[in-house]
Amino acid sequence: MAPTCSKLLAGVRRQDPRAIGRAISAVENNSESAADILSALDQEAIDGVLVLGITGPPGAGKSTLTSSMIRALRKEKNRVGIIAIDPSSPISGGAILGDRIRMMEHALDPDVVLRSMATRGRLGGLCASAGAAVRIMAAAGCQIIIIETVGVGQSEMDIVRLADITLMVLAPGFGDDIQAMKAGLLEVADLLIINKSDLPGAEALCMEMEQIFRDKQEKDGILRVVQTIAAQHQGIDQLLATLNALAFHLKSTGIQEERRHKALNAETLDWIFEILRPHFIKAMNTKPERKEPRIRAQELIHEFTTTEHPE
Amino acid sequence: MEEQQTPYRVLIGKPGLDGHDRGAKFIARALRDEGFEVIYTGIRRTAAEIAATAIQEDVDAVGLSSLSGAHLRLFPEVIRELQTRGGEDIPVLGGGVIPDEDIQQLLEAGLSAIFTSGTPAAAIIRSFTEACRKHCDGTNM
Repeated sequence: MAPTCSKLLAGVRRQDPRAIGRAISAVENNSESAADILSALDQEAIDGVLVLGITGPPGAGKSTLTSSMIRALRKEKNRVGIIAIDPSSPISGGAILGDRIRMMEHALDPDVVLRSMATRGRLGGLCASAGAAVRIMAAAGCQIIIIETVGVGQSEMDIVRLADITLMVLAPGFGDDIQAMKAGLLEVADLLIINKSDLPGAEALCMEMEQIFRDKQEKDGILRVVQTIAAQHQGIDQLLATLNALAFHLKSTGIQEERRHKALNAETLDWIFEILRPHFIKAMNTKPERKEPRIRAQELIHEFTTTEHPE
Repeated sequence: MEEQQTPYRVLIGKPGLDGHDRGAKFIARALRDEGFEVIYTGIRRTAAEIAATAIQEDVDAVGLSSLSGAHLRLFPEVIRELQTRGGEDIPVLGGGVIPDEDIQQLLEAGLSAIFTSGTPAAAIIRSFTEACRKHCDGTNM
């Protein structure tokens, strides 16, 4: 292991913000030290962490809700990690990561570890980066980690699957319940939050959602629809109490274990693509061919598996 | 198909009390359109908040905007805050309503570049690219 790498790991254990930031970059950029960093993290801390995924349409109040939850969690002395994901521009590859604006009240709190992450336009890869960031934050002492992402598109949905508990944030005025039922958004949610519940239409939305979640709710007796006004910190205590009940339920029934197992598989698959991608891009560029892509893919894979590779 | 290059990460922030963020947002968008990942912290931030954020986000450069006339105090303060948090290697660039006679003083205080309302966007982007490249070369693992 390179000396810079062991220094970085010592920094992560010491909860040094610079080291945590650098370690996440190393993994996100798939740099050479990534494997060394990830393999040396404290497994016990990783097993003990609770990962929450927050998703929902733009403007529903995800960042404001996250900020309000951080505030409540900090009151209970939890060390909190946040991974805030925003989309990259498909044209330039750049991104504006603005989730922090709503969370600046925590900027100087050493026990709030916040990292913004861009989707970088990859189908795979993001799961791997975000999953690795979760483990680095856990190794740096975070007990609760929140992954926040816009709930549109497949890669964002995959990210949410990394979470132990998935929260879906809706607000009145985003269309009817049929909109919310589209694209499987509601199927993945463990808990639905009606934010901005002081706005007209909140009550009706809440009733519609309770209807949809009735089966789940009746099965285990845990509340599935919670109303909040995040900007005024209202309803957050009840939200946290519900989360606690859910976390206990998922753990005691073995569902959490099963989810983590699936999440690790999904991440592994992501890494396979990440690691192989450069080889295949190189192979395609060195041997340009006009062939049916599926046939060409099979040929390239065959070629790849039958030749020797260093490393 | 090109192999993907890692995007540069920069922070754009407004220290101090003025709330005019048009310039900051313009630069944030221009940088995004050039492929940068831009962490935007919004208006009315303290130097300490900006420095702490830059470190958490592991950015390659910090861009500051000030239109209030407090740049001579605020910009160097961000540099000092970065230093106390172990981020002395992160370059800081500044822009806004800045009189010519202050530019030299800011550069001497450690700012990597200073932009005024007359600086073309392309030149600003070039400066950020240059600062980020230098930073990445210096800290590669």
